[in-house]
This record gives sequence, C-alpha cells and structure tokens, in this order.
Amino acid sequence: MHSILIIVFAPLLAAIIAGLGNRALGNTVAKSITTGALFLSAALSWPIFLSFVSGSAEPSVTPVLHWVQSGSLNFDWALRVDTLTAVMLVVITTVSALVHLYSWGYMDEDPDQPRFFAYLSLFTFAMLMLVTADNLVQMFFGWEGVGLASYLLIGFWFKKPSACAAAIKAFVVNRVGDLGFMLGIFGTYLVFNTVSIPEILAAAPSMAGSTIGFLGTRWDTMTILCILLFIGACGKSAQLGLHTWLPDAMEGPTPVSALIHAATMVTAGVFMVCRLSPMFATSETAMHVVTYVGAATCFFAATIGTCQWDIKRVIAYSTCSQLGYMFVAAGVGAPGAAMFHLFTHAFFKALLFLGAGSVIHAMHHEQDMRYYGALRKKIPLTFYAMMAGTLAITGVGIVDVFGFAGFYSKDSILEAAYASASSSGSFGFWCGISAALLTSFYSWRLVFLTFYGKPRWSQSEHIQHAVHDAHGHGDHAHDHDDHGHNHGHDDGTAGYHPHESPLSMLIPLGVLSFGAVFAGFLFSHSFISEGTGEFWKGAVAFNEHLIHHMHEVPLWVKWAPFVVMLTGFVIAWNNYIRNPKAPAAFVEQFSVLHRFVYNKWFFDELYNFLFVRPAFWFGRLFWKAGDEGTIDRFGPDGAAWLVARGTRYAQKVQSGYLYSYALVMLLGLVGAVSWVMVR
Amino acid sequence: MNGFPILSAMMLVPLLGAVVCLFASASSARKIALAATLVDFALGLVLWSQYRIGGDQWQFRESVALFQGFSWKLGIDGIALLLIELSVFLMPICIGASWKSVEKRVGEYMAAFLLMEMLIIGVFTAQDLFLFYIFFEAGLIPMYLIIGVWGGANRIYASYKFFLYTLLGSVLMLIAMLWMANDAGTTDIPTLMAYDFDPAAQKWLWLAFFASFAVKMPMWPVHTWLPDAHVQAPTAGSVLLAGVLLKMGGYGFIRFSLPMFPEASAQFAWLIFVLSMVAVIYTSLVALVQSDMKKLIAYSSVAHMAIVTVGLFAFNRQGLEGSMIVMLSHGFVSGALFLCVGIIYDRLHTREISRYGGLSINMPRYALFFMLFTMASVGLPGTSGFVGELLSLMGVYQVSSWVAAISGTGVILGAAYMLYLYRRVAFGDQKNADAAAMPDLDAREIAMVVALAIPVLWMGVYPESFLAPMRSDIAALEARVARAKPAGDARFLAGKPTIQTHAEHEGAE
Repeated sequence: MHSILIIVFAPLLAAIIAGLGNRALGNTVAKSITTGALFLSAALSWPIFLSFVSGSAEPSVTPVLHWVQSGSLNFDWALRVDTLTAVMLVVITTVSALVHLYSWGYMDEDPDQPRFFAYLSLFTFAMLMLVTADNLVQMFFGWEGVGLASYLLIGFWFKKPSACAAAIKAFVVNRVGDLGFMLGIFGTYLVFNTVSIPEILAAAPSMAGSTIGFLGTRWDTMTILCILLFIGACGKSAQLGLHTWLPDAMEGPTPVSALIHAATMVTAGVFMVCRLSPMFATSETAMHVVTYVGAATCFFAATIGTCQWDIKRVIAYSTCSQLGYMFVAAGVGAPGAAMFHLFTHAFFKALLFLGAGSVIHAMHHEQDMRYYGALRKKIPLTFYAMMAGTLAITGVGIVDVFGFAGFYSKDSILEAAYASASSSGSFGFWCGISAALLTSFYSWRLVFLTFYGKPRWSQSEHIQHAVHDAHGHGDHAHDHDDHGHNHGHDDGTAGYHPHESPLSMLIPLGVLSFGAVFAGFLFSHSFISEGTGEFWKGAVAFNEHLIHHMHEVPLWVKWAPFVVMLTGFVIAWNNYIRNPKAPAAFVEQFSVLHRFVYNKWFFDELYNFLFVRPAFWFGRLFWKAGDEGTIDRFGPDGAAWLVARGTRYAQKVQSGYLYSYALVMLLGLVGAVSWVMVR
Repeated sequence: MNGFPILSAMMLVPLLGAVVCLFASASSARKIALAATLVDFALGLVLWSQYRIGGDQWQFRESVALFQGFSWKLGIDGIALLLIELSVFLMPICIGASWKSVEKRVGEYMAAFLLMEMLIIGVFTAQDLFLFYIFFEAGLIPMYLIIGVWGGANRIYASYKFFLYTLLGSVLMLIAMLWMANDAGTTDIPTLMAYDFDPAAQKWLWLAFFASFAVKMPMWPVHTWLPDAHVQAPTAGSVLLAGVLLKMGGYGFIRFSLPMFPEASAQFAWLIFVLSMVAVIYTSLVALVQSDMKKLIAYSSVAHMAIVTVGLFAFNRQGLEGSMIVMLSHGFVSGALFLCVGIIYDRLHTREISRYGGLSINMPRYALFFMLFTMASVGLPGTSGFVGELLSLMGVYQVSSWVAAISGTGVILGAAYMLYLYRRVAFGDQKNADAAAMPDLDAREIAMVVALAIPVLWMGVYPESFLAPMRSDIAALEARVARAKPAGDARFLAGKPTIQTHAEHEGAE
C-alpha cells in the first residue's frame, strides 16, 4: 500500500517546488507540476477506494517517521488507510485535482499564479495528512495545516483589506475551536495514556461510568472528552457559534471556496466525529450535543441563505447548513449516513461553487445576484452544470427509482434522525425537514435570479467597468456625460456580452455534474444499506439497529423531503418568476424578521461587542494603566524617584557649615548618652 | 574528547576573540568575531556529537581547585548541552545581523558580544555555585553596554531599567547561595541537586532564587524591563536577549529551584501558575495593541515564557520536556522574528508598524520567511513552537485543567496578535512609497533566515533529536521531584464495569 505515500507527499513536493520556484519556474511550469501531482494522487486514490467498495482491501498503516516520545506519550507520523480514509481520499484528491484544473482558466489573468497553485497543493497535503492520521496529534497537524492554507488562500488577494480581515478571522475563530480540540487531546491522554486513535477507540467502552474533574466540575469522562473534541469540530466545520468565519471566507478566490470551504476542509469536523464515532458512541450526552448543534446550525444557516444577495454567500450558508445535516447524522448514530452526505455534498457543492465561479467569471467579477438575470442562454453549459448541482442539493428523486446525489444522502440522514426516536433525533428531523424546505427555496431562488428573468446587469459597477473598458477608450468625452449611460442599450444588458468559460473550467464542471447526478445512486448501497459493515470494516461505529429502523420508517417520512422540496421550488418560482414583486412585499411586511435574518442573526455584531472590542480595550488598559501606570510607576521609576528625592535631602544636610555638623554631632552624642542611661 | 577540556576551550575562544577585537579595526573586528563564533559553533557540534546519550549524567567534566573550596568546575548534562547548542548557534547570526548596521565602536561592540558568549557558556556549564553566580551576573554587564551604548534613542533609561531589575533579584540569590553553601558544606551543584534541605528553609531559599529567575524569565509583573530593553537594543542584542538570556531564568528553575527545593517548588507552584496565567492573557492583550514591532514581539516573549513556567511546575515528563522545547523553540523563533524586524529596520529606520505595509509585493522572500516564523510563534504543528506548547500544556493539564485551559488561550490570542502584525506589515497595499521601495533580502540576510528556519522545521517534524539528549536528565529530575508531585485536579474515578451505558448519565453534569 505504498501508493499512499505518493498520494500524500506528491502534493507537498509540488507545493514546495511551485512555491519556492515561483517566478523562476514561470506560470505554466508551476501550474503543470501542481496539477499533475494532484491528478496523480487522484488516479492512485480511486483504486484504493474501489477496492474498499468491492471489499477486497484491508485497513493498513504505513509508518513514515518517528515524531515525539515524552515519557509514556509516544506518537509517530504514519498514514492510516481504512474505509473512512479511502472515502476522504477520493473526495479530496478528485475535487482538488479538478479545482486545480479549473483554476487554470479562472486565475488566468492573475499575476501571482504559482503562489496560488502552491497554496492549493499545500492545502491538499495537509488535508490528506488529516484524514490519514493514526493519532490525534497528527490529525491536529493536518487540522492546523489546512487552517494555515485556508488563511493563506482567503487572504490570497492580500491587497484587499476585507480579504486580510477575513483571513485573520478565519484563523482566529478556528483557533478557538482548536483550543477545545487541544484540551480534548490532553484529557484523552490523561485518561487513556495514549493518543493513538485505534487504542483510544478500543479502550473507550471500558471508560463507561467513570468520572473526571474538569475546570472544577465533575463530568462523565467520555462526555467531557467528546464535547471538548467536538468544540474543535465546530470550529472547523463552522457550526453554530463558531460559524462566523465561513461566510467571510468567501473573500478568497472562488476555486478556493469550492475546494476548501465546501468540499473538503469544512468537512474535517464531520470526519473527526465519524473517525472517533466509537468514542462518541460511549456518551449519549455528547451525541445529543452533536445532534442539537448540528440541527440548529442546519436550520439557522438555511434561514440566512434565503436572503443573501451575494451568490457565493448563499452557497456558503448552504454549506454551513449541509454540514449541520452531517452532524445530525453523526449525532444520532449514523456516521455512515454522515459520511455519505459528506461524499455526495463534496461533488455537488464543489459543482455549485465552481458553477458560481463560472458565472462570476462571465459577469466580470460581479457577485451580486441582483445584477444577474437571463444568463441561461448566454452561458448554457454553466447553466446545465448549476442545474445538476441544484437538483442534487435539493434532493430531487423518486423513492426506489432514481435520484440525484443529495436525494439519497439527505433522505438517509432524515430517516436516521427520525428512526433514532430520541428527543434530539426528532429535533434533528424537524430542523432537517424545515431546512430542506429552505434549501430548496434558496437554491431555486439562486437559479431563477441568475439564469431566468430579464437582464439586470446595467446597474452593476463591475459590468459598467467592463463595458467602459471595452468601448470607452476611444471617446472619453462620452464616459463623463452620465453615469447610467447605457450606450443605447435599454434592455438592462448595458451592452455587455457574457462569455462562456474556457474548456479548463468546463471540464471540471462536467465531471462534477456527473458526480452530482450519479454519486448517490452508485454508492448508496455501500454507505448506508443494511449489512454495510462489510464496507466500513469497523472504521466507524454505527448502530445496526438504527440502520434497520431507517429502512422501516413510515412512508410519510420517506416522502416528506420530496414534498418540502417541491414546496420550496414553488415558492421560489412564485416569488422570482411569476410575481417578482412578492419578495419586496414580504420583506416590507416582516421587516423585523427580515432585518434579523438579513444581518445574519447579528452574530458578528455580538462577537465584536463581546470579544474583539474588549480585547483591544483591555490591551490598552493593561499597557497604559498596568505596565506604565502601576508597575513602572511604583517599581523602577518609583525607586529612581525615591533615590533622587532622597539624595536631594541628603544633599541639604551636607551643607558644609561647621556649626551645623557640630549641632548634629552634639545631638547624636546626647542621644547616645541618654540611650545608655535609660537602658 | 579524552581529556581535552572542550568546555574551557569553548569559553576561551570567544574570550580571546574579544580581546583581539578590542584592538582591531572595524572591518577586521567583524571578521574576527565571525570567525570566533563560527569556531565555537564548530566546537559546539563536536560537543553534541561526542555527547553520549544515556551515558553519565554529567559529561565533559573539568575541575581545577582554586581557593577556599572555590573551584573551576565545569560539566554538562543534556539540558545544558541543548542550551549551549542554542547559544553557539545564535551567536554567528548575531554577528551577521550587526555586520552593516553597527558602524560606531565596532571593535568594542564585537568584543561585548564575544564576552557575552563566553559568559553564557559559563552559565550553562558551571558546576560550582559561585562560579555560576559570577557568570550569571557578569552577563549583565556586556548586555548593559550593548543596550546603553549601541541602543536606540531612549537607551540609557532602558539599560538602567534592565540592570536594576536583574540586579535586584540577584542580590537575594547570592544571600541564599551563601546560606546553602554553609548548610550543605559544599558548592558543588550536582551534590546540591541531591541534597535535601530542610523544607522550612527551602521556602526562603526558593523565594530568593525565584526573585532572580522570575526577573530573568521574565514573569509578570517583573517583565516591564523586557519591552524597553528590546525596543532600545540593537537587532543582535534583541536576538541574543530573547534567544538566550531569557532562557537563563528557565535554566535556573530546572537546575536549582526544582531539584534543590522540591517541596518548596510544589508549595509555590500555585504562585507560578497564577503569575503565568495572568502573563499569558495580560501580555497577549498588550501585544495586540502595540504599534511598535519590537515591543509587540517582546510582549509575546513574556507570554511564551509563561508557557515555559507552567510546564516546569507541572512536575511531570511532558511538562518538563515541553518547557525545554518551548525554550529552545522560542530561542530560534523569537530570535528570527527580531531579526526579521531588524532587516526592515535597517532599510527604513523605524519600528512603527504603520510605516510598512504590502511588503509581500516588493519583498516576497522576506514575506515567506516572516510568515514561517510567525506561524512558528503561533505554534503551528510542523514547527518547533507546536511540539513545545503541546507537551508543556499537556503536562500541566495533568495537574490542573484550569491552568491548561487559561494558558491555552495563548494559542488564540497569539494567533490574533501575530497575524494582525503580519497583516499590517506584509499584507495590504503599499501605502508608503519608501517602504514599497525597499529591496528584498540579500545573500547575507537569506543565509541568516535560512539558518534559523532549519532548526524551526527540524524541531517541529523530528523533535527526537532534541528530546533524546535530555531524556535521562529530565527523567532524573522527574524522579527527584516525584515526592512533592501534586495530585492534579482531574481525580479520575473509574466506573463500575457492571453498570450499563444508560445509567451513568445522571451523574454526567
């Protein structure tokens, strides 16, 4: 199984060569090396995955290098390959390879391409290290490595202040989660005396009933460990509370959003919970927490997605929401369903993002859907790709016949949530159903606003720029006469002609469309059917009972997602095709609600108020009033002042007059004599 | 090295170099200093290769009796070995960093650095209590001169502050040492490390040593000399100060406080923990609002040193080894960060963060290395900072989850202030024409940053090279302090295996 070494390290090598070679290599060479490495990794990953699907492969661990030994704490660099890893391998390498290819077209005009491709490959390496980790610390290495790559790629256009701010925000918010992860690792080591994942998972059931102190309170051991680790997962997977960085991360180039903030990195939290599922399974409380947080995120993010105007932000909130689904599945004890949704989601969400990128590319970097419209005829291939993605994410399909990818995975999650028959499970189910309605609504809203209706391009500054650049060079006098000058076009196009993307961008769209259409149909049997233990081979702990019950849920549960999907579609159709005035009327009627949702439930404002501003305020306080006003004032400066003051008095005493010395002598003598006498 | 007094030789080389430098011209002084430090580095490599891991605890021993029981006694264990390696590694870089930026009194400047090197090696090798004290205190003088003579505008204030602070602690330490020599009847450090002082007396002795080491470390609230000293010191002075001098405090705790006064150490662990936790949050927040690059990094040093102290007083393997790794890592990383500041200071002659911006555009190589060291400072896995922080915090978690959690906020705040710094310096648009015109790294600068990058990554990927030499010494120390080891707040209670998974969640919260 040494191909795993090539799969993991080829991207690293490519990243180093392209990154350090940079301008010396030139764009084409750097791009070829990184893209080639990724296609190589992808080509080697699929056989591994397929051998697990067919059941012929066994889990393996490939040691790489000794890492740390400190007392009984001992961990190595090693690459673990089992079913769970194999699933992630194909997802990561395939999407990454396609995104590399796509970026040839998308980033064609960027002056800094080698750096971009080096970052992409570096990210892929870190992500692969994460999913092949055999111990918690290596997982944390990958975890932070992808965080670094994400930071670098969000801030890729570092001249933009908003991009820099978003990059820092992503890193720091993730670090909050990472602190939880770290404490989880510490606690795990304390309890299990190892950080090796297989050993922990094997020993976890024996910890049942044990308790442990944490921050002065007493906890069920497994509950607190799982919750701490889950905090880490929440950070990376942008779950409620720690989600604020994800929408801002859209400042990065669109291929980055597709690869990192949709298909792979943000799913790391889900992967972690699935990888540690035997551990989570020992604590019901922790499982409830996972389900509740996932369900709440699923619903909450979907609401915000319904009223964003930026095409990428809609998809970003959609990602957040879909991650919630995965956590619901993991929380109710169906990690197979969670991984299945992760798998299908990677294809259709990467497709949606890359499709959005293609639209943005066509519309000269305009991202606001208010300025789109009627693009169906102009960029038909992108339109079909987006349609495939939308059909997949909304879960279109007929039970027992055929469905698009999301149909299988999302329905299996909802069925599992229903079948779990716990309070958290039904919360998850109802949140999931509501979110499915919202998902259908915002997805179709996106499609209708972008591809249907009349062109509304003339309002867009980006489009005006493009038009002016194209036409305006010759006659400067014209440019100045009025702002809304449409060059004689009053059809809303401003004379702009969107162009279909180049082949390098269309091929990835095509491949991913295939995935979005067929991934669910082809692999649902392996991931979630009864007797699926043969596929997973113990890589995740799933509840055989639950799987059984999943297939026996009432018919209305099976059909409910279909109904809400249809409802969402109809509402979107009504609001954006039939009666385009409806949304405005709705907003007017429910302005408070709309403001709340439109402003993303005011999380950013809240965090600014609670954390960011106090941090700076306290920093200044400690510096000025603490260090300078107290410590220095009464410490060294105070001592210096005392000495200076003291010497001034001493100086006065040494007047040089004989009589004053004589007086002091006399006084001293009197004092000494009286001391002797009195004693 | 059968019988060859390599430790004395390592001290003699810079001393001779210093004397020659005093009388040499500027350009030859630079070369002599570089040659002397490189020879010492080479000797350091020999030392490392000859050091037998798992051999005697004390190796390369030398002993010449001088007078009255006072003797020239040297010897190293793995802990001292690593700190010596750090010192001799950083020294040529310090000389290189001053190659062009120091133009007045070059001979004296180089002599001060070489003298400093000799004294530093003395501190880490001395096996006699008073010999240690002499080296430890004499180290103040060259640093005082480096800041006071070659420093920035407000150098006199900074140098006095530095001197007063550090001297104050030392006086108490000297008194304690006299008492110890009297009580134990020996000044031999290895003997003293195994000598059991009366626990009542230990308290006072511990506090006296603490006064000195806490200032050197520096711990909150006696840290305020550090930002001033760093800001005023020339680049190489900052590198040396952050890279090596701060480690003397940690070395002191490892060599004296813990093994000689284990009971008192356990008793006062809470004091260390409280001061360290305050330091992490307090100085990190202060670092966040700095507008002076050097001050920002100086404050970050205080926060990192707090991770060292919590690890040391965790009384277990991970804590102790982690602290050592944090010290080594911080030596490389903060040295490198100060060097990075120095590199752009040489070009623009300001430390004001807002005068820079967009350096990624005109200085891409610089931006790359600055990013690497920033990430190492933040403790990104794969760099040296991570291994140390992980072990150190993991060690202290076993004692107190509170301390681990609160000190752990350093990883969040550290990311905030370092990335904020990086963003203002290297990202953004080029808003200042003079900063935009700065040339990228030249060959000399590349050599220095690459040299620093190597151990940072090495220690992050394969720390075994650094853990192995000190393993048995840390084990001995752990055994020595084991009798005073605190219980820890986790108080793990195993469950009854018969109880099924449903019953036990009542007690969960």
